Amino acid sequence: MTMFDRYLAFGRRGVEAIQSLGRATLLLFHSSAWGGPGSAGFSDLIKQIHSVGVRSLSIILVAGFFVGMVLGLQGYTILSDFGSEAALGTMVSLTLLRELGPVMTALLFAGRAGSALTAEIGLMKATEQLSAMEMMGVDPLKRVITPRLWAGLIAMPVLALLFSTVGIWGGAFVAVDMLGIDEGAYWGNMQASVDFYEDVVKGIIKSVVFGLVVTWIAVFQGYDSIPTSEGIGKATTQTVVISSLAVLGLDFVLTAVMLGGV
Amino acid sequence: MRMRFVELTVGSFMVMGIIALVLMAFRVSGLSSQTSSNTYVLKARFENLAGLTERAKVSMSGVTIGRVTKVYLDPEWYSAVVEMEIDESMSTLTLDTSASILTAGLLGEKYIGLTVGAEDEFLEDGDWIEDTQSALVLEELIGRFLFNKAEG
Repeated sequence: MTMFDRYLAFGRRGVEAIQSLGRATLLLFHSSAWGGPGSAGFSDLIKQIHSVGVRSLSIILVAGFFVGMVLGLQGYTILSDFGSEAALGTMVSLTLLRELGPVMTALLFAGRAGSALTAEIGLMKATEQLSAMEMMGVDPLKRVITPRLWAGLIAMPVLALLFSTVGIWGGAFVAVDMLGIDEGAYWGNMQASVDFYEDVVKGIIKSVVFGLVVTWIAVFQGYDSIPTSEGIGKATTQTVVISSLAVLGLDFVLTAVMLGGV
Repeated sequence: MRMRFVELTVGSFMVMGIIALVLMAFRVSGLSSQTSSNTYVLKARFENLAGLTERAKVSMSGVTIGRVTKVYLDPEWYSAVVEMEIDESMSTLTLDTSASILTAGLLGEKYIGLTVGAEDEFLEDGDWIEDTQSALVLEELIGRFLFNKAEG
């Protein structure tokens, strides 16, 4: 391969990346609104919330509890150096509500539900179910993609809230029951410094954005995959990699815009 | 049968989400303590706030009886004005009540401490607390100490 060929290949990859971004945007544009012939009903949305939301519940709850406990332990070792263990509740709750809750949930969601979505849609494509729908005059975007997108959008904030809640109680378990911090100090300082709109609502906004981005990437990777077993495997990996990076990058932007005052 | 199970789990999933939101609102961010119960407003003028912010506690003998609601600079007097909400149950603050800005612990948050006086009449909604004491600013103290050292 000559130098010039490499140069050409590099350019081709750039063009391909922009092309697939364009296809992804068109997919989002065509599938975000409900309606059209043979489009999905409300019961499809319920089914999808079940498969992306309810089925991710166990991993989210267990991870949240342990993250909260670790935050409690680690925060205690640092804060006790300054004699301010009483601020532990504030630290745990703000960390979870603002950053770790939405971000960790989105990362776990990408691994648990995002990859499953990609594999499912990729398999539909490989077994030509999507073409069969088109033959019947049913728009596969409206029928398959729309309920999945909305299910991700609805499930993610609920999961993130549950993650933070379980984490805060996990932190309380370590702080109050194991390390002997005063229970009143833990909850009282938390209530004094956590603001409902500033911290809770902005965390929810973050997780809605992450929900949209992760499910969008997942359904697009499945819809755009090469319909072979190898192609589906590759698309699944791509989903996890791209959506994790997108979540981490977006998190910085959202934090800077909403909380950082940059 | 299968669909009913799915609906049931999704329903409980959403209910869990709502419960989490309610817990966040009332247990974690203490939304109830701000909006509940009747309050009245007192104002006080301070030379220097040194980090007192809105939502800071107003306490008497260490018990929280209100919150700071507004902090601004009076452009005529060039001094800071603090507006605070006091719980209606503490309506018997005397006219010569004094307010001072204190610090919780050595490095903790700033709060306002009230001490009652000996007058017969009580402060009412919108009244000013005349007797105020500004926060201790560590830099000023150190500066004064060094100045005295140099002189002596």
